[in-house]
Amino acid sequence: MKILVPVKRVVDYNVKVRVKPDQSGVDLANVKMSMNPFCEIAVEEAIRMKEKGLAEEIVVVSIGPAGAQETIRTALAMGADRGIHVTTDATVEPLAVAKILAKIAGEEKPEIIILGKQAIDDDANATGQMLAALLGWPQGTFASKVEKDGDALKVTREIDGGLQTVSIALPAIVTTDLRLNEPRYASLPNIMKAKRKPIDAKTPDDYGVDLTARLEVIKVAEPPKRKGGVKVESVAELVSKLKNEAGVL
Amino acid sequence: MATLVIAEHDNKSLNEATRAAVTAAKKIGGDIHILVAGQDAKSVADEAAKVDGVAKVMLAESEALGHKMAEALESLVLSVADGYDAILAPASTVGKNFMPRVAAKLDVMLISDITAVESADTFIRPIYAGNALVTVKSNDKVKLITVRPTTFEKAGDGGSASVDTVDAPDASAKSSFISEELSKSDRPELGAAKIVISGGRGMGNGENFAILEKVADKLGAAVGASRAAVDAGFVPNDYQVGQTGKVVAPQLYIAVGISGAIQHLAGMKDSKVIVAINKDEEAPIFSVADYGLVADLFKAVPEFEEELSKIGY
Repeated sequence: MKILVPVKRVVDYNVKVRVKPDQSGVDLANVKMSMNPFCEIAVEEAIRMKEKGLAEEIVVVSIGPAGAQETIRTALAMGADRGIHVTTDATVEPLAVAKILAKIAGEEKPEIIILGKQAIDDDANATGQMLAALLGWPQGTFASKVEKDGDALKVTREIDGGLQTVSIALPAIVTTDLRLNEPRYASLPNIMKAKRKPIDAKTPDDYGVDLTARLEVIKVAEPPKRKGGVKVESVAELVSKLKNEAGVL
Repeated sequence: MATLVIAEHDNKSLNEATRAAVTAAKKIGGDIHILVAGQDAKSVADEAAKVDGVAKVMLAESEALGHKMAEALESLVLSVADGYDAILAPASTVGKNFMPRVAAKLDVMLISDITAVESADTFIRPIYAGNALVTVKSNDKVKLITVRPTTFEKAGDGGSASVDTVDAPDASAKSSFISEELSKSDRPELGAAKIVISGGRGMGNGENFAILEKVADKLGAAVGASRAAVDAGFVPNDYQVGQTGKVVAPQLYIAVGISGAIQHLAGMKDSKVIVAINKDEEAPIFSVADYGLVADLFKAVPEFEEELSKIGY
């Protein structure tokens, strides 16, 4: 069985981003980039499945600029087998990403595709679901537990109010929630080994997918700033201010 | 022109988040129709028919819809989608699950988690954990939108729409529901509570959350948590407030033993009044708190409860 894992290169989760003064976007010059945390969890889950003997090969794919190759190398160093890099400098919306991934799935014929539930930059939470729809596959989104169950996957999902368990027939899509697993660190020997693992260089044209954005960005603005608050000295003062000044008690 | 709102509910009553989506739909304009997909959900449809501004309610019932399976919701929504200029659902885990599937099938880009409607085709949504707000204009023929419930008023009652039954397409054989494990609580729902009191890593363990629960019960508040507290196993994960958990915007948010990481702030910084109780005066939470108290929470929280009694709670 083959597992396909799409990964995204994003601003590191610890970075406090700045909006450009001309409101054209977020300033990404000289900002630390990393693999999207949810994608790391997806890679880790695929590797664990391989370690359990459930999968033979893990193929990692990333769509993005030259730097995305580093993200693929990171996944290879964690334990994935080979990579596909679809190079583009354009901003690619989830719909176009899903269309490219659907084409790749057609060529690679994986039985499971594991994605992160959302990228921490666009916060869209859509690609996995869109890919599942385009392929006509069932989905187990926001997964906190995945078990192989014959020709199906048993997926425990994080939902509002608790947990839901569903059964989805293979081939299937899984998107990862934070609690699915704790990703491993790549060791130095594995990082060295990853340099020799193959990465196929592709372009969006190879898949015939139109990348034109459906959502035109009019502007990117800073959210309203909260006014600086006050420190209170005692609990009594706090309660009195909440009652008399803020009027929320 | 007409707009379709897909109701959020538990098969018994309408979730408040649906009323927020109706308000967003009003701003887009046109006739508003509500689709109630569920099982034994007639009471939800009746409730939806009374929502102010709603022209028509459609009720579709099947077992798969009762469990809100994304595959079943996808086929149902596609079967009724013709003729709508916009389709909206609350940005709940249900909406986030099926709406992108519908969007992909209609070949349109989903506009996730909008916080404002500028016009019928232009919307505002947060990106980068709420550190930037992007205004986007959709060039798609149909607008597929999930709505952040906390930023829209809840539409009240006053409507008297008709309820029509529509057929649910056959459920996909590729997915099936096994079980559900819901947290039971008498406290208000986290997303809808007027007051939220949340604990973080500083709580030390799960038992210590009892001191927050006492305050919550006094105030009629909901209890939340940071990711650190959830990961440490203090409380179940549906308590989590933040970029990857729930987004709340109550009148009063009390953060106890929470440092205030970017990801947590993403879920609560639109609260009207924020209170932080933390012994580390350098904690980032103090930069967004209206009222900060530098103190040991194990002394401050019980004292807070006593003070509440003094003012009549």
